[in-house]
Amino acid sequence: MLVLLPLLTTLATALACMLAAGRPRLQLLLSWTGLSVLLVCAVALLLQVDNGGTLRVALGNWPAPFGIEFAADRLSASMVLVAALMGVATLGFQMSDADPASPDGGLYPLIHGLLAGACGAFLTADLFNLYVWFELTLICALGLMVRGAALRDLEATLKYFVLNVAGTLLLLAAVALVYATTGHLNFGALGLAARQTDAGMLLPFVALLLLALLIKAAAFPLYAWLPASYHVLPAPLLALFAALLTKVGAYALLRVLGDVFAGSPAVLYQALGWIAVLTMVSGVLGAAYHWDMRRILAFHIVSQIGYMLLGIALASPGGSAGAMFYMWHNMVVKGGLILIAAMVFRLTGHYDLRRIGGLYAARPWLAVLFLVTALAQVGIPPLSGFWGKLLIVRESFVQGQAVWGAVALGVGALTLYSMAKIWMEAFWKPHPDPDWQPTRARLAPAYAVTAILAALALGVGVYPEPFIAFANDAARTLGGAR
Amino acid sequence: MIWVFAVVMGIGVAAGVYLALSRDLFRMVVGLSVIGASLNLLVFASGRLDSAAPPIVVAGTQILTNAANPLPQALVLTAIVIGFALLCFSLVLVVRLMRAADSDDAHRLRAAEPPHDAGLKPPLEEV
Repeated sequence: MLVLLPLLTTLATALACMLAAGRPRLQLLLSWTGLSVLLVCAVALLLQVDNGGTLRVALGNWPAPFGIEFAADRLSASMVLVAALMGVATLGFQMSDADPASPDGGLYPLIHGLLAGACGAFLTADLFNLYVWFELTLICALGLMVRGAALRDLEATLKYFVLNVAGTLLLLAAVALVYATTGHLNFGALGLAARQTDAGMLLPFVALLLLALLIKAAAFPLYAWLPASYHVLPAPLLALFAALLTKVGAYALLRVLGDVFAGSPAVLYQALGWIAVLTMVSGVLGAAYHWDMRRILAFHIVSQIGYMLLGIALASPGGSAGAMFYMWHNMVVKGGLILIAAMVFRLTGHYDLRRIGGLYAARPWLAVLFLVTALAQVGIPPLSGFWGKLLIVRESFVQGQAVWGAVALGVGALTLYSMAKIWMEAFWKPHPDPDWQPTRARLAPAYAVTAILAALALGVGVYPEPFIAFANDAARTLGGAR
Repeated sequence: MIWVFAVVMGIGVAAGVYLALSRDLFRMVVGLSVIGASLNLLVFASGRLDSAAPPIVVAGTQILTNAANPLPQALVLTAIVIGFALLCFSLVLVVRLMRAADSDDAHRLRAAEPPHDAGLKPPLEEV
């Protein structure tokens, strides 16, 4: 039952918020209640799973390969917890006046719908069910994106829609073909059936599944939808999208390639490794061109996805653990960076780095927050990104994939370039207008949220041992151990 | 029967891809929906098309023999509903977009992007 609680909570909250349409205060109250319950459920689930092993629920009491099964192992439970945390961060930041989303147009129901879709995708143990949760996430994301209803919102939504629906259609086709070949949709049964099926027969269908999920995860060369659409979103929603959407795709890739179809032909993992390398490089180079903080950070989402894909492509417990650790780290840190960019926007009035400056003198604590979060993303010790990169790069070299490991290190340097650009332009250089004064703004909730996220990055970085041990435990239960 | 299915599916996907690659926004989303409809046939056929008998266990017996596979039928129903919702959303989106942009040409949708002829640096953002 505990497995279903995160799902039921988010769905019920979405429904309650929808019924309270037109009463923003009540919606806000319901949202906070729902998110608090979700957070408590996620913590309880994680503790339960960590102590007692994988929890399973088969709906309708149909036994496992026939009924739709939900299962929470360490990976699922940890992803639900980080998603809940980022939901809280989004709503908390929404309380400040830094680029908030307007509360009308179904904001709260859609946010909870998005969380429900993500939690569903994390918890389901059924391939078709995974497709349904992807669709729920997609439709809520579309609703959130189109709310602005200005020309650029509509345009961005169309681009997002077309490419993501193409991915969804491929996913549906892959699910149908996998079912036709193996006769199963349940993850456990699929894993068993895949080992008994001729690998060459199944390979094209698993590859199609991989392709569909790569579109969802915004991997090279299928990421065009992400930098074309994310930057029109208000900051709290951008942070939520960055934390959840592509990570659901990355999670599904880890689940499919590292767990259900673990032991697929090596060519798949090789291909994924090179895709990962190209994703990292093209994302970070795209970011280098831009001067709008939102666009820079959107391209960095793509680049960081590459590290997760690299961890998955290494196809070992060490690689999976690295990918997992990197996902947790990146959801928190990327969300934090986007929120800090929104605070910079509130104080200076612009996202474009060429129009702003002087914030180090005006708001030194904001500069410190940015520096901690940005260096965590780059991977400077002692911050969380360092350990994530260390796990993945070390595993690459251990497996003899020196090129992949070397590129991952090089991309770290280029990430530092982008972060240094924001630091120099927004914080260090004097403001282009000598008479500029920071706008007076209600930023206390924003400071609280970003400080908590930065503290998490620092805390995990200083004391990584339990997190790495947890990731290793989680990785060991994947694959053959199901 | 499966050959008819395969041919229809192939024609549907080909027509859908042709439409989806169009620069005309309306054709583009209709094309995606046509691909979706064809793939629904694929889902339906994934349970094999060897029987039309309903999957109901006759009273007094324990074993279901020679019946159609009910699972893909349930799956395809779900997929149809989702596809229909997405089609409705996309049609409204395209109508709004065509009114706002005063054009239905995908190449002219550059409001959220740096222009084609941007130089070494993108132009200054308004906000």
